[in-house]
Amino acid sequence: SLNCLDWSLLTPATKEMVAQAEQLKGRFQGGPSFGSNFAEINPQAAEKLFEGGKEPVIKEEARLIATIEQIDRAVGIVPRGAFVKTPLGSVHENRHFEGLSLVEAKKLSSYFHFTEPVNLKNKTLLEKANLDPSTDFLDSLEHDIPEGSWSVQLEKGGAVVVLRSLLWLGLTFYHVPMTKQYGYIYFGTGEKNMDLPFML
Amino acid sequence: HGPYQPHEPGYGLDQPEYSPYDDQVPDPKARMLAIQNAKAYLLKTSTASGLNLYDHLANVLTKILDEQPTNTVDIIENISKDVKWARFQKKMDTLRDEYEILPTIEAAEKFKALFIKENGEENEEVIEEEIGQSPLPNVMETAFYFEQAGIGLSKDESYYIFLALKNLTSVQPIQTCRFWGKILGLEMNYIIAEVQLREGEEEEEAGEEVTEEEGKEMDEVEEQDEEKEKKDEPPKSTYKPPPDIPKEANGTGANKYVYFVCNEPGKPWVKLPPVTPAQIVCARKIKKFFTGRLHAPVVSFPPFPGDEANYLRAQIARISAGTHVSPTGFYQFPEEEEEEEEGGDTYEENPDFEPPSVAEMVDSLSTWAHHVKSILKQGRCVWINPQKSEEKNEEEEEEEEDEEEEMDEQQEETGPPLLTLLSEDEGIKDIPAWTAQHSTNLIPQHSVAIIQSNRWPGAYAFASGRKFENIYFGWGHKYSPDNYTPILPPPVQEEYPSGPAITEARDPTLEEELAFKAAQEALAADEEEEEEEEEEEADD
Repeated sequence: SLNCLDWSLLTPATKEMVAQAEQLKGRFQGGPSFGSNFAEINPQAAEKLFEGGKEPVIKEEARLIATIEQIDRAVGIVPRGAFVKTPLGSVHENRHFEGLSLVEAKKLSSYFHFTEPVNLKNKTLLEKANLDPSTDFLDSLEHDIPEGSWSVQLEKGGAVVVLRSLLWLGLTFYHVPMTKQYGYIYFGTGEKNMDLPFML
Repeated sequence: HGPYQPHEPGYGLDQPEYSPYDDQVPDPKARMLAIQNAKAYLLKTSTASGLNLYDHLANVLTKILDEQPTNTVDIIENISKDVKWARFQKKMDTLRDEYEILPTIEAAEKFKALFIKENGEENEEVIEEEIGQSPLPNVMETAFYFEQAGIGLSKDESYYIFLALKNLTSVQPIQTCRFWGKILGLEMNYIIAEVQLREGEEEEEAGEEVTEEEGKEMDEVEEQDEEKEKKDEPPKSTYKPPPDIPKEANGTGANKYVYFVCNEPGKPWVKLPPVTPAQIVCARKIKKFFTGRLHAPVVSFPPFPGDEANYLRAQIARISAGTHVSPTGFYQFPEEEEEEEEGGDTYEENPDFEPPSVAEMVDSLSTWAHHVKSILKQGRCVWINPQKSEEKNEEEEEEEEDEEEEMDEQQEETGPPLLTLLSEDEGIKDIPAWTAQHSTNLIPQHSVAIIQSNRWPGAYAFASGRKFENIYFGWGHKYSPDNYTPILPPPVQEEYPSGPAITEARDPTLEEELAFKAAQEALAADEEEEEEEEEEEADD
């Protein structure tokens, strides 16, 4: 939506869209049908991806969809214990989640990425023994590459813990310890921070 | 006994025809015995926790029946766990529990200090005088206008900052003060206030710096004397590093304002050191996150001359130079002519300024102008010729003249003059340098013109009538569509080009030398014979 009044539903992202959007750099223009000319940027890739007669123009809307998908997949996080996995495999909200304690909230390992886990199988057997399969079925933030790509801050003397992602500048996650309140939101230019390793 | 759950032993024992003992023990006495056995089993106390299954189940079922949650069967395990937790009680210690000081209370204490009004020294008369000339900015008013645009901190935080600035003005002798903005850091954030000190205070620092420079000059003179004395030493390299470009004096150019920072309102304000051109030049080449600790080292290539406080100050200088704007015409050059070198460093408010309407401010960027001097490549606002400063330091004039001729002449750098319009700002590729918007399209009478910088994401300015303000919220980095590439190390110095003069050759051996000598003598003998012949001929 451009004015918070009229909302349009975005279609879910496809792999092609994501691949194309990764090639584009630069800001969004603000109009969903503004087409960025793909061919100017990388003519070789344009030829590979498009075969036979299609115009290599990518619409802003598709780019937006792909960016949202990337952000969610990369830095969408939830606190540990907020979601449980039943023995049948389905994941749903834990209505008994009481919030993290203050000590736990300061640790990066108590937050998980809310996507298909990638690193779980790589852990050592010792670590796996400590996992609780109902709550620890997602990747934790501890092993994010590069090290230190999250900034954890306590505000108001510990009343709120705020995590900011440095990979996608503008993604902010908040949680009030010992309560059920948490959430994340993104305000920014929609560009990945590729300079992160130089900036740490 | 309550209704049994399927997984418990004894399930179904109370139903007729289902008991396992039915065929064996038909009579009721035995069944009662079986029931009692089952109950005794349930009452067996666990060795680990002192509970028994029977009581636990009774508690769980009581809780369920009391609370009646939906989908009980799905969360029965959690309920069971909760009941067990509730039973667990600490043993009574002889030590009394110390009242835990929650960190929230500590934070509240700090903020409470902000709220205490300073009493005692001030008389009522003094207070009245100061209110008229108070340098304190109205942070809440500014926050209100920015909130119209969706930018800003929470009301609580704005108010704390307001009180913290009030403390700052009462402690330091301040002429004007402004809330500059907030820069985010990894561990802690920075809240920054831009301040102009009253004139007397600045001289102290200038005195300290002058003595430092004099000390350095004395060292150089001594070294040169020693050079002349010790002739046996290997030749010292004649490489002189390019002279340090002197920083601008306090109160002018990039150091026009003094900046104070604190991590949180309530913590003491720290003054940032003035910025040197070398730091600005280096800050342009690196891109690093701030950690939040002022004395953290900045590890980078090229190595940054200073720690995080200097890097922060350099970034603040760049951001101010790039994004501090005001409506065109608000400031004007004073009518008296000034020397050309200064180039209109000062500006003053235009009393005849008529604010353009908000629609005009949004539509064209020529209604906005920079009121801070831009920083040249050299790192200063006013270009200085570094060669001039060499003359003071060195003694021997001959060497000096040679060196000056060899050094490339540095061209004078000029930047856009003060009070340039925003419409002349270069964009980045095809993105304009600024984006202007109304704060609201629905109520044009009260809307505010907002512009945000695309070159420094996080810099905003608003204007409404005579009021305007700039602010920065962000990470403190410039925007570049290309990725950052660190500067490569300088190329390896080349060796002298090979030539006949320095090419190594084997020394001639003894035989070769003798042969050469014989050839020479033969030549000389021939020449003598020729001369003799000529003389003979001449005689004849």
